[in-house]
Order: sequence, then C-alpha cells, then structure tokens
Amino acid sequence: MYLFFPIEAGKKAPQREREMAPLVQSSQPWVEKYRPKQVKDVAHQDEVVRVLTNTLETSNCPHMLFYGPPGTGKTTTALAIAHQLFGPELYKSRVLELNASDDRGINVVRTKIKNFAAVAVGSGRQGGYPCPPFKIIILDEADSMTEDAQNALRRTMETYSKVTRFFFICNYISRIIEPLASRCAKFRFKPLSEEIMTSRILHICNEEGLNLDTEALSMLSSISQGDLRRAITYLQGAARLFGSSISSNDLISVSGVIPQEVVQAFFSACKSGNFDLANKEVNNVIAEGYPVSQMLSQLFDIVVEADGVSDEQKAKICKKLGEVDKCLVDGADEYLQLLDVASNTMRVLCNMPLEFSYEN
Amino acid sequence: MLWVDKYRPKTLDKVLVHEDVAQNLKKLVAEQDCPHLLFYGPPGSGKKTLIMALLRQMFGPGAEKVKVENKTWKVDAGSRTIDLELTTLASTYHVELNPSDAGFQDRYIVQEIIKEMAKNRPIDTKGKKGFKVLVLNEVDKLSTEAQHSLRRTMEKYSSSCRLILCCNSSSKVTEAVRSRCLNVRINAPTEEQIVKVLEFVGKKEGLQVPTGFAARIAEKSNRSLRRAILAFETCRVQQYPFTSNQAIPPMDWEEYVSEIASDIMKEQSPKRLFQVRGKLYELLTNCIPPEIVLKRLLFELLKKLDAELKHEVCHWAAYYEHRMRLGQKAIFHIEAFVAKFMSIYKGFLIATFG
Repeated sequence: MYLFFPIEAGKKAPQREREMAPLVQSSQPWVEKYRPKQVKDVAHQDEVVRVLTNTLETSNCPHMLFYGPPGTGKTTTALAIAHQLFGPELYKSRVLELNASDDRGINVVRTKIKNFAAVAVGSGRQGGYPCPPFKIIILDEADSMTEDAQNALRRTMETYSKVTRFFFICNYISRIIEPLASRCAKFRFKPLSEEIMTSRILHICNEEGLNLDTEALSMLSSISQGDLRRAITYLQGAARLFGSSISSNDLISVSGVIPQEVVQAFFSACKSGNFDLANKEVNNVIAEGYPVSQMLSQLFDIVVEADGVSDEQKAKICKKLGEVDKCLVDGADEYLQLLDVASNTMRVLCNMPLEFSYEN
Repeated sequence: MLWVDKYRPKTLDKVLVHEDVAQNLKKLVAEQDCPHLLFYGPPGSGKKTLIMALLRQMFGPGAEKVKVENKTWKVDAGSRTIDLELTTLASTYHVELNPSDAGFQDRYIVQEIIKEMAKNRPIDTKGKKGFKVLVLNEVDKLSTEAQHSLRRTMEKYSSSCRLILCCNSSSKVTEAVRSRCLNVRINAPTEEQIVKVLEFVGKKEGLQVPTGFAARIAEKSNRSLRRAILAFETCRVQQYPFTSNQAIPPMDWEEYVSEIASDIMKEQSPKRLFQVRGKLYELLTNCIPPEIVLKRLLFELLKKLDAELKHEVCHWAAYYEHRMRLGQKAIFHIEAFVAKFMSIYKGFLIATFG
C-alpha cells in the first residue's frame, strides 16, 4: 500500500483511501476528530440520550425533531444514532442525509425523499448492530427548507411511517410548520454549561498536548457562549497560530471578539456629549475592521451593567440597538448605523431631547 | 504597471504592514495544513495581498500563474437546468471567484464549484498538497441561502478543498460560517504605517520625497493604503520634483459631492433640489456606488453644521441608507435624504434667525 501512497500523500488522502492507508490525523478539523461516535458520549443532553439509548435496546423510535442553538450536538446525535443502529455496512442503504447544501425544493421531496422512503426493508441483526426494520432520513438544517417542501412532507411521513423515520434538525423550531412539528418527538438541545464545556476542552487539550491556564479556559467558555463547536474551532485556531501554550489574549485575537477597551472608549465618547469625538471613535471602529454586530452586542452588555445610568435611559438605548440590529441584517451600511447608535446613545446619556426639533 | 501592483508584496516575508498577521499565517501553513480562513477588514487594508502571498507560501510560485477562465455551468435544479456563466481566476492550485456576480443564483455556483473541485483533486504523487484552495471574494454579499449551503459543504469536503473567504464586514456573514473558519481581522493601516510604505516606494523609485509630504498623503487617504499609493503616483505624474506644499489632488467625485453639499447649504428650494438631482444622477451614472455618495454627502454636510443638527442629520442618513438597501432605485432615497435635509435646515434657519 505504501508503494502507492507515500506517507506525506496519505495525510491528505480522501475518505475512500483512509480506510486503507493509515492516516495522520492532523489534517482533520478537531471538530470532526472529536465528534462523539456514540450517543452516550454526547454531553449535557440527558433526555435525548436516555430516549435514544432506549431506542437502541428496543429498536423502535418515533420521528424526531432536534432543535437548539448551534454547536450543541444535534447533528452529532443524529449521525451517531444512525451509525449505532445500522453499522458501517448498512449505513449507506438505510440512511439518507440531506442538508441545506443539497437541493431540497419541493421536487426533491416529491421524488428523492419519497422514493427512498417507500422502499421496504427487512429486519434482523447484522454484525452486532440492531438494524431495526426501518430507514432513517436525516434532514439537517430543516429550518431553511421552504414551506412548500415542508408541506409536501406531511403525507409522506405518515404514509411510510412503517418503514421510515424522519429526523429533523434545526436552530429555530418556529420555522418548522406546525403539522410537521406535531408529528415528531421534540427535543431541545440546551447550550452547554460552563463545567461541561471546560471538561470537554480539557479532554481535547490533553489529547493534543496543549497548555491552557484557568483564565484562558474561562475566557474560552465565555466567548463561545455555550457553543462547543465554536470553542473547539477557536482552540484549534489558537493552537495553530500560537503553539501549545495559549493565553486568553490569543483566544480573543482568533475569536473576533472586540477588546473591552475599544468598546469602553466608544461608550465614554458617547458619554462626553461631543459629537465629533464620537464620530472619530466610530471611524476608528470601522477602520480597525471590527464587526459592527459584535460591537453592538458588546455595547449592549456595557450599557446594561453601567452604573449611573437610569433604567429609562438604558431602555431607550437598548431600543435603538434593536432597531439598528435589524437594519444591519437588512444589509444597511455599518458606518452610518453605528453613527446613529452613537448619536442616539449620546442624546440619551446627556439628557438632550430625543425628538428632533426641526422636523415638520 | 501601476505602483499599487508593482510594490504589492509577493511573499509573506516581504509584507510591510501586517507583519504579525503574516508571521502567524506562515506558522499556519508550515504545518502542512491549513483551516478554512475568513479575512475581513475595510477596503485597501491588504486582505487580497495577504491571501495571494499566503497561496504562494503554500504552493510556491506556481500559484501566481493564473489564467482567466469564462466557464459555463449547467446546473440541474429539479425540473429545469440553469445555465450559469462566471469568470474565474484559476491556477493549478486554486480557483478564485466572485460568487455574488451570479446574483440570486449564487447558491448553485458555490455548490457546483466546490463539488467539482472535490472530484478533480490534484494527484499527489510527489507528496504535494492534496487539496485545492477556493478563494471566495465578497462573501458578505452572498445570499443567505448560499451561505447556508456553505455550512455543510465546508465540513463535507474539508479533506479535498480549503476555503479562503474575503469580505469587508464580517457581521454580514452568518454565524454558522464564521464559526467554521479561522477569522483573521485585517485592520486598516495606521497613518504612520502608510507613511512608511510610501517612503519605501519613493526610495525604490529613486524619488526625493520632502519631509511631511508622505504624511499629508497618508492623512488624506482615509487609512486606505491603495488610495494612498495611487494618490502618490498621481502626484508624481503631476509634478516632479515634489514641493513640500504641493496640492494632493482629491478624487474628482469627492470634489463633486462637496460641491453638491455647498449647493444644498446655500439654498433650500424645490428648484435647487431639481438641480441637485441632475448632479446626483451624474455621479450614479459614473458608477459611484450610491451608499458611498450618501456617506460622503453626510461627511461634507457634517463639517458645516452646528452640533445640535448633527444628530438629526446623521439619523436621517442612516434611515435613508437602510431604505435604499430595501428599495430598488437608489436615486429616490438619496434625493429623499437631500429633501429631508433641506427641510430640517430651513426649519433651523427660521428658528434661529426668524
């Protein structure tokens, strides 16, 4: 084998060749490398794990709907249960995985999904896997499916419920139409708590031989806000850039979080009541390339915790922050919006009138 | 050859401005492997330069032999096939494209190309890298669907293809995509750094640069290195040897906007509004992006206003720029802003002077 694949070449070998040539793991993103392979390894989602372990024993399961914020283990869980049920041999023929990168218009639902769902399968254990008598269709990122496509699924789900189970995975359950949601067992995936996050990260650090002090650890869990994938990506990025010992500053620089001093400077410029000063600060933020959406959320934290600002003032500032966030999502210019926030914040903090006097 | 291109650093070692970033990138590539990268920063800060230098570092000089290709894809979208045409810049190791050129069909482009690249992996007989790099420009202009479809594709094909994304503001890139990349922020160079680069260019060209001259160009450049170098070259063409008080020619459209601003300040009437409309049309037909016109107009107006009016005006600028994004024709919204400003200013004049 090595004749054909020199060792360096083996590193980047594609999936097919991997099974043949031993692979140096470094090329894989850690997120994939440390993805739990078994349902029981999924952290922090006790209800789901309990139900699914039960499924493994009884070989029976309802349609499932997993929802929750990114990086909490939804896709991992679905893939793990599929692998554990069918094993590598049957996986190809029993599991259909579709996500937003595949076309999922109404046509696909009518043809591909329906055809796959209609095929009957036998049961019986094979190679130590339960292999229950149904197939699984995993629809990842289901909230980006059109409403029409979702509607077309309703009847399909019921007609073929004997031989097919659907797993829907989405971030926002409100984007799944009610008839689909009511046909599924719903599971909410919670954001990971700090301890769980820390223990997973420490595990990875041990495996990879990294050195993280406690400050960096807590920084990592606070900037990733319960999203384990993000935490691991940051960790890998920092490890690539800064070697095996990582400080909290290194983590800040890879994560795209804005340093607290910058936000503080912006806030005090608003407090000063000098428009030109605030304008300069806004220009600075834009030129430094900080993302404005991030700026807004960090400004929000400062405003909420600020001393010497009355509740009413805070409410007025936050209202504006909300409006501007919406404008940014619509694609409005970052500079103008941030300037608007600065001017509004300044008028609130310095008790200038909020209404415009020359408007008619 | 323009100086901007002539003095573009070719390797990561020669980078003058973002040395720390360049060194970090070098470390990344040294491990024979690199994650997906997202570069973001204001225009003229050196994102593209760093990306090209990075590619060279990864693949050697071969990465610079690019050819322009005009490719047509036939995409099978259910019942119909869509023909897509797009210009790509490709070398043996990488493909570069502007997916947002495809408009609302950008989603298919991204999927097709990545899948195709994953199929045609370079053969690694010489122990060369077994992956290709796809450079996507202006990801912030990609539609939400296209960004969604990037998510899983990035993971699925990560063994055969690395993505380098490049955009101006990372807040328009969805969280899901951002969390799958190593984010690299490229800040605009400071004025001192620009001066340093200008002096470097001057030395290489063998020019006598009077003291303070480079600093004045840097000051006018809005912290955009590209603009600074272009202005520097323009000055060279205009007059050499330099004199220390030589005027630095402003961009002609900026001049024009400032003219519009003073027109508006002088008289607020429907007639003047009509004249201004003609000028605005001229700017737009010369392909100056409308949001830039509006921003510049605000900048010029703010210079001339009292503090109490500034808040009001900047609010309305933000308001109409947002409207412009939602709407179809930019001229309506810019004109609405001008009209609004006239009404506010007139009100202010009457209240103050009676």
